[in-house]
Amino acid sequence: MTLTLTLREQPDVPLEADVLTPDRLGGAEDIAALELWHGKERTRVGEFFAHSGAGDDVRLEGDLSRVKFVGAGMTAGRLTVAGDVGMHAGAGMRGGELHVEGDAGDWAGAGMRGGKLVVRGTAGSRLGGVYPGERAGMRGGEIVVHGDAGEQAGAGLRRGLIAVAGRVGDAAGLRMLAGTIVALDGLGPRAGAGMRRGSIVTMAPATPLATFVFSCTYRPPFLRLYLRRLRSLGLPVSDDQIGGRYARWCGDGLELRRGEILIREGDG
Amino acid sequence: MNLHSAEIVDTFAEAFPMWGSRVLITAATPAWAHEAARSMTGFATSVIGCKCEAGIERELAPDETPDGRPGVSALLFAMDREGVGKRLVERVGQCVLTSPTAACFNGVDAEDPVDVGGRLRFFGDGYQASKVLDGQRYWRVPVMEGEFLVQERFGVVEGVAGGNIIMLGRDAESALRAAEAAASAMRAVDGVIMPFPGGIARSGSKVGSRYSALPASTNDALCPTLRGQVEHTEVPPDVEAVFEIVIDGLALEPVREAMRRGLVAAAEAGASYVTAGNYGGNLGPFHIHLRELMP
Repeated sequence: MTLTLTLREQPDVPLEADVLTPDRLGGAEDIAALELWHGKERTRVGEFFAHSGAGDDVRLEGDLSRVKFVGAGMTAGRLTVAGDVGMHAGAGMRGGELHVEGDAGDWAGAGMRGGKLVVRGTAGSRLGGVYPGERAGMRGGEIVVHGDAGEQAGAGLRRGLIAVAGRVGDAAGLRMLAGTIVALDGLGPRAGAGMRRGSIVTMAPATPLATFVFSCTYRPPFLRLYLRRLRSLGLPVSDDQIGGRYARWCGDGLELRRGEILIREGDG
Repeated sequence: MNLHSAEIVDTFAEAFPMWGSRVLITAATPAWAHEAARSMTGFATSVIGCKCEAGIERELAPDETPDGRPGVSALLFAMDREGVGKRLVERVGQCVLTSPTAACFNGVDAEDPVDVGGRLRFFGDGYQASKVLDGQRYWRVPVMEGEFLVQERFGVVEGVAGGNIIMLGRDAESALRAAEAAASAMRAVDGVIMPFPGGIARSGSKVGSRYSALPASTNDALCPTLRGQVEHTEVPPDVEAVFEIVIDGLALEPVREAMRRGLVAAAEAGASYVTAGNYGGNLGPFHIHLRELMP
């Protein structure tokens, strides 16, 4: 059974609504009484949302582009946002699935520990990123974006997968520690700057920073698993990409040089 | 009991528990997948002399493998979980890691899996890297060809070993034809292997020996050449050769099904007698009666 919350009116200033998770909503005796923040004022879910149904399959309807922290910290269940969502969606989530049918704001999936975040539209900057003062960003789980993603996607990434069907902005994987970023439609400049370990994969031509060193062109066996997985998740991955040859650039030479950027090459 | 022109002896095969795993080997071509699998399952006919029993289960189409390449599934059995783990590390390390284009994946889910890739990663001498995808960790080990990819953990399940049928023929040629037909029919069953060469053993054994160092020795009661020497021969006067097929499986039912298919195929192919080996029911808890396998 589905629990549906519908945003009745746009907030004057963004709502901070980390209460909008299947964990919190499913276990609440009185959903309308749950607290959230409207700017600096404490308010209640019932002031902004009408709700019907029950269960840990939650659907949020309306324009939530000014609602922050939706799904933040969720551990289980399924949460669907039927449209756009504001900043920090799915930040720190540990399990369950968060589906955004529109666009997601900045910091989506930041500090994520597990679960799956799917954005059907575009994602803002610092997707799966690291909050200032934190040692690492995303530490597990999967983020799948069907559109583009902004700058610094996967900054501080320690573990997990970020896959973007479109283009990823500047400095993807900035200071990443490990994990995998796949950009099917290309990378912005300065990808992998300061990365220690991990993989950044792109299907479009790219020029790595001067601190990356070319190793070889080959068919990475592990990439077949990843690309098949992404195809099963609905991303447009071709057989040529799965079986293709990739140039391996090792870096960042300013750090451990244990990371890699894999750039798809033609087979000719 | 008779089936076609064969007499089916009213006896049973006595099988016993053994721990098993399934290894999925993929490669750039089916031929290289087979090459790696044959190498990994070589010298693994009997735990008595090889520490494990292993064999090829079947060929895998690309859409059946984790990486979408052609593959082969192999089963490996040992007497305990730790034994399976040790043998996998040895055999995957020596035979799959070394084989051109091959990668290696777990093929059976089980609680408390054994660490294989996590041990083999050290071959990378510090240049190895891991990837975690969908909750599974894989190791990328750099090799001269490129990279060897191996899953970290492999499931081990309690399986069944020692299923068997024994085919007796009026001459060596007809007995071998019957055994070949039986082995071929058994290969169509998933979840089992026949670990002996071509699936067939000509040297069935009995427990013990007059030599104290040997845990097993030739099954003299079924040796045609000893018919005039031993006290209790089991070789009928019209029989000149005997072959055995041993079946190990990840569960009892596939072993029974393989025995059923083998029994029928052997009878159709001209075996004079089909029987089975047991130890009086005292050794293994699984008793598979040939009577129950009759069509």
